[in-house]
Amino acid sequence: MAEKKTLGQEFSKGLIKENPVLRLVLGTCPTLAVSTSIENAIGMGVAATIVLICSNIVISALRKVIPNKVRIPCYIVVIAAFVTIVQLFVKAFAPSLDASLGIYLPLIVVNCIILGRAEGFANKNGVLASAIDGVGMGVGFTIALTLMAAIREFFGSGNLTLKVLGYGTTLTDIFHLGETDVLTAIGLEPILIFILAPGGFFTFGLLMACANKVAESKGKPKAELKGCEACPMAATCAMKADGKECAE
Amino acid sequence: MYITGLVSILLAAITTNNFILSKFLGICPFLGVSKKTNTAIGMSAAVIFVMLLATAATFPLNKLLEAKDMAYLETIVQILVIAGLVQFVEIVLKKYIPGLYQALGVYLPLITTNCAVLGVVQLNVQNGYDFWQSMVNALGGGLGFMVAMIMFSGVRERLEGNEYPKFWEGLPITLVAAAITACSFLGFTGLVDGIFGA
Repeated sequence: MAEKKTLGQEFSKGLIKENPVLRLVLGTCPTLAVSTSIENAIGMGVAATIVLICSNIVISALRKVIPNKVRIPCYIVVIAAFVTIVQLFVKAFAPSLDASLGIYLPLIVVNCIILGRAEGFANKNGVLASAIDGVGMGVGFTIALTLMAAIREFFGSGNLTLKVLGYGTTLTDIFHLGETDVLTAIGLEPILIFILAPGGFFTFGLLMACANKVAESKGKPKAELKGCEACPMAATCAMKADGKECAE
Repeated sequence: MYITGLVSILLAAITTNNFILSKFLGICPFLGVSKKTNTAIGMSAAVIFVMLLATAATFPLNKLLEAKDMAYLETIVQILVIAGLVQFVEIVLKKYIPGLYQALGVYLPLITTNCAVLGVVQLNVQNGYDFWQSMVNALGGGLGFMVAMIMFSGVRERLEGNEYPKFWEGLPITLVAAAITACSFLGFTGLVDGIFGA
């Protein structure tokens, strides 16, 4: 029973308490880049989750075999292999998703969440716990990504694409608006900049501030770009040896 | 005109397609290492260096993989080459050019997992650039990275010591500042097409 409870906690911690995007501040690049529509955000989240689960399982199963000194390159190879598999699947079964994610799909390889979990969790814990951790972190990433995409898409285009792999509907279809969008229909205008790059930074800052506010009310510290302890490269980083910190 | 094409790739990579502010590649160093202008310059110089090296190293390999019909291995090969290259450069600099190692070397390990480097290599493949176009794109991407880093470090030096509501302190206000910096780059929209014709 005791073990079961901990597995549940491994899963749930990734959702809110240790949400990879809003609390651990990992994986910021894809978060900002693909959160222009809910469809992209969910696609990206699911792809990253699959890679995260698989790489966590393999790395934790191999954790006693991989020599400590070359572990980072080993992790990268494992992650890159799964990314390639996912990429081929997406290309074959969801070509439109592949087109809209573009280079950000192969860039899952360098997503700090995945390497960070490999280094921070999978190489210290058992296979089952690592798999559950992967699921939790992946779902947490997807939730944060979708939340951000919802805000950006709604204010930027006045629409929400509630679609997965092309199946589903859009907000304008639900209200039968035809060519106009929801914001125009209630006498407002979409704020185009939310879809563009600055809107990504702004929305992320806004969500981060909200997360900090909630964390503060629970007596938790606010999210920071972690210094060396959270960085997957910490062990080999010369800055740390010099006593400097990258996020100083 | 081939040369004009190269110049337009360079300009586009620095301004309209700026790696950080419009493609969101390399956000971690952008937020993490941009507090002081010196470190921002050192980091960007290292990024330019690695981007050029990585492009030069992966270009023939990509061609080889394509010729052998194994293009699906590209991502694995690229990231391995980049990781190996960064380690190698670090060791060589440490041993033979300690001065340069002091200036750039400390940033090198951070760059292995920097999406900007893998990003530029992937973009070159996706756009079907030839060797010199790829190199110029890498140089432009690196310079654009540098411009954004230096601009933003200036902004951040001004942010310091101001008072904000408590939950906006730190990362959130930095991100809002980044949003405003990114707005300034929207001003470049259409620049390259305007100069060189669409």
